[in-house]
Amino acid sequence: MSEIPILSILIFIPVVGIFFMLLIKNNDEQSSQNLKHTALWITFLNFIISLSLLFSFDLNNPDFQFVEKYSWIESGISYHLGIDGVSILFVILTTMLVPICILASYESIIFSVKEYLISFLALETFMIGVFCSLDLVLFYLFFEGGLIPMFLIIGIWGGERRVYSTFKFFLYTLAGSVFMLLAIIYIFISTGTTDVETLLVYNFTSNEQLILWIAFFTSFMVKIPMWPFHTWLPDAHVEAPTAGSVILAGVLLKMAGYGFIRFSIGFFPDASEFFAPFIFSLSVIAIIVTSLIALVQEDMKKLIAYSSVAHMGFVTLGIFTFTVQGIEGGIIQMISHGIVSAALFLCVGVVYDRLHTREISRYGGLVSKMPFYSFSFMIFMLASLGLPGTSGFVGEFLVLLSIFTVNTYFAIFATTGVVLAATYSLWLYRRIIFGALIKDDLSEMFDLTRREIIIFVPLIILTIFIGLYPKPVINIIEPSTEKIVNQIKMKLD
Amino acid sequence: MQSLVYILPEIFLFIVATVLLVTGLFVKNIRLINSLAIFSLFVAFVLILNQPFQSAFLNSFVVDEFSLVLKVMIIVGSIASLIMFVSSKDDLNINVYEFPILIIFSTIGMMVMVSANDLLAMFIGLELQSLSLYVLAALNRNSLLSSEAGIKYFILGALSSGLLLFGISYIYGFSGNTNFNLIAVNINPESLGLIIGIVFVLAGLAFKVSAVPFHMWTPDVYQGAPTPITGFFALAPKIAAMGLLVRFLFNSFGEIYIDWQQIIFFISIASMMLAAFAAIAQTNLKRLMAYSSIGHIGYALIGVACFTDEGLRSLLIYLMIYLIMNIAVFAFLLSLKRNDGYFENTSDLSGMHKNHPLRTMLIALIMFSLAGIPPLAGFFGKFYIFVAAIESEMLFLAIIGVIASVISAFYYLRIVKIMYFDEPKEEFDGSSIKSLNLLYYPSSVLIIIFFIYPSPVINISEYAIQSII
Repeated sequence: MSEIPILSILIFIPVVGIFFMLLIKNNDEQSSQNLKHTALWITFLNFIISLSLLFSFDLNNPDFQFVEKYSWIESGISYHLGIDGVSILFVILTTMLVPICILASYESIIFSVKEYLISFLALETFMIGVFCSLDLVLFYLFFEGGLIPMFLIIGIWGGERRVYSTFKFFLYTLAGSVFMLLAIIYIFISTGTTDVETLLVYNFTSNEQLILWIAFFTSFMVKIPMWPFHTWLPDAHVEAPTAGSVILAGVLLKMAGYGFIRFSIGFFPDASEFFAPFIFSLSVIAIIVTSLIALVQEDMKKLIAYSSVAHMGFVTLGIFTFTVQGIEGGIIQMISHGIVSAALFLCVGVVYDRLHTREISRYGGLVSKMPFYSFSFMIFMLASLGLPGTSGFVGEFLVLLSIFTVNTYFAIFATTGVVLAATYSLWLYRRIIFGALIKDDLSEMFDLTRREIIIFVPLIILTIFIGLYPKPVINIIEPSTEKIVNQIKMKLD
Repeated sequence: MQSLVYILPEIFLFIVATVLLVTGLFVKNIRLINSLAIFSLFVAFVLILNQPFQSAFLNSFVVDEFSLVLKVMIIVGSIASLIMFVSSKDDLNINVYEFPILIIFSTIGMMVMVSANDLLAMFIGLELQSLSLYVLAALNRNSLLSSEAGIKYFILGALSSGLLLFGISYIYGFSGNTNFNLIAVNINPESLGLIIGIVFVLAGLAFKVSAVPFHMWTPDVYQGAPTPITGFFALAPKIAAMGLLVRFLFNSFGEIYIDWQQIIFFISIASMMLAAFAAIAQTNLKRLMAYSSIGHIGYALIGVACFTDEGLRSLLIYLMIYLIMNIAVFAFLLSLKRNDGYFENTSDLSGMHKNHPLRTMLIALIMFSLAGIPPLAGFFGKFYIFVAAIESEMLFLAIIGVIASVISAFYYLRIVKIMYFDEPKEEFDGSSIKSLNLLYYPSSVLIIIFFIYPSPVINISEYAIQSII
């Protein structure tokens, strides 16, 4: 094991960055540019450090690695960090998306730049913390702490109805999470610890499991979000600034999926098995209903937001099959969605920066003015609908494979979701990109700038790489997933 | 004579207050008197830390770990409000030298309260404290609101003292004792008279901590009183009355806790819920803080209702965090000054992050902390309260607690919203007052970094409770 507390470094580099930012004055154009550069370099540095995780990560070891443990509040609640195959990719996804977000805000954020960047850095700390923490109280701290910067990001730099949206976002997720807090406290009292590693081998009685499972579920259900508690998401997405949407879709939703894998099925396998049909039903409803809703949207961001809910439906379907393929599929689907939906929101951001509207009907025929843009948009659109050869396919395929082995009916309904996804995605693409360029204000549109190309290229490469050759990703995920599945099987017997 | 040593800090403060009262007649320098008062409170602070643990006056006055910690908190609160006073006395029309003296008298009363182990000592402390507070509330004679606040507080306070005294007479009549320990020894669990006595005493004490349904005075008095005094109301007397409540219930009626537990249970739920809803409609920041403090007292009372070590520990943790958060909030309120005028409406905060970025960021974090959002200190206060509640199988209280905290998050968020999302107004010039910044920045930084190393607060609480259970 390495001696360097690399996870703590990852978590606290943004905090150090915040101190730097506080020292920089923000009074003119030049200094706000400096602030942006500083934040970009800090987050980029964090990304490079997180890549070193990949190199020193032991692929054959299914247990937690890079473990750090210090006593913190009192016995039983410690500062315990560690990552395994399930969480490492989320950490890297986070560190990758944050610099992209900051780069994407270079021109669109013009006032209160300092606060904006500080919020983003704080958010990065919380997000990395969520995926690294191996203590429930620590996890809750990071999980909820992320609400504060996100509340400000949507509320200050958002669109017209930003106040309503950000309040809805904050109160929905807070109301969902407080019951998880009570469950965590109950676990602490009945077992004497909130250490995840200890609790993963602890057996709760089946009655306890049912109640605790529901408490955790309310929190994750709101956050992921599942139908019918998804309504905060379209609002938040629509009103958030581009980078806010990117991080919301890219990482914040994944926290809940990660929570399902790590806690819901890890701690409470009996209850998870009991509730699995319920989850399947909700997921399938989510896939079909939100896909249909996406079809009729007039607003680009809203459409992508609803498609996120549908994609997250696949994730929950996969996770609750308790098969290796299912959980792997869920994780890959989350990673892929993290890249693809983030990229789609960036695509919306590109045209929004130029025309300042997200209404689909205001666009059309962009291909003649913006060929590079149309190409990138196409890649992500196809990945989003799960075309083979893109990252979206791998996850969906594994999930559908696993759900077929468990229950054919759910599988059939879920598959219709794939068709619907193709419908709304392609139709959106047609309405924006194809057709004749007849609207006057569109003639002013120009293609991707260098900054935007820098943003899109890594995302395109990743999307196609994971789609064509998912083996390295699966290699990382597999040992830990197998361990989780074995543990569940052992507990269930 | 030996016993006098055990009340040395109180005697010292009493002498200081008397001397200052006479000095003030001749020396017209209010700032000097205020500084002397602050200095003597520091001396009292040191004296308290060095006191031997003992009980005096036939066990009616005890000095133990519990009283020590609470007295330290009370003195911190008093010093904070004296610092607030000096920064605002000229503009608020409360430029009178009696202010620091009344604060000291009230502090003595509160120190007697937390050490009281006898119904009479308790009443003496309570009355000394209350009488000083009545005068303080009405200190701004030119303001109608302040006079109204004083009168309102006095009438209702006198009523509550009456209730308290009535309860004391019942308890004395049915147990034959006024000493807490002796009451506990000779307690007759069947006696209905004792229960009636407890109910009346609790009503009187609930008035002092401003718990629902005896909270009606709080918003009016908070709004009417000059801000440094409102700050004082929110800081010290709550802590003292809470300490008194704990000692009264735990020492004398521990055996029949089933009977009083339901009462605390009810007022705790009522306080949390009422405050959460009522605060939403407030537009005056001081009124809003009044409801906020009612809500916080509701949470703190969960700790009392548990009647366990854990509960008491969580109560003390909560009170400490509450104290620090309120110092920050009231120092902030006093800095909302522009051209000698003070602003206390929520709409006055509009867009202030443009002009005061750092100050606004900190107060926004304090608001999140008051709402109990991690990783700020307020979360840990609530966390321990809920741990205690679930441990003593009061899941219902915990559930009501989290629901109320979600509802109350709304009005704290609204303040953040006004500060950050709304259109900016003119700059406030009060933010350059050094003495306020001395309160504001350390306390808000403490709230923010609390999570890194929370053990000291927890250890102090554990230290304090060992003398109660």
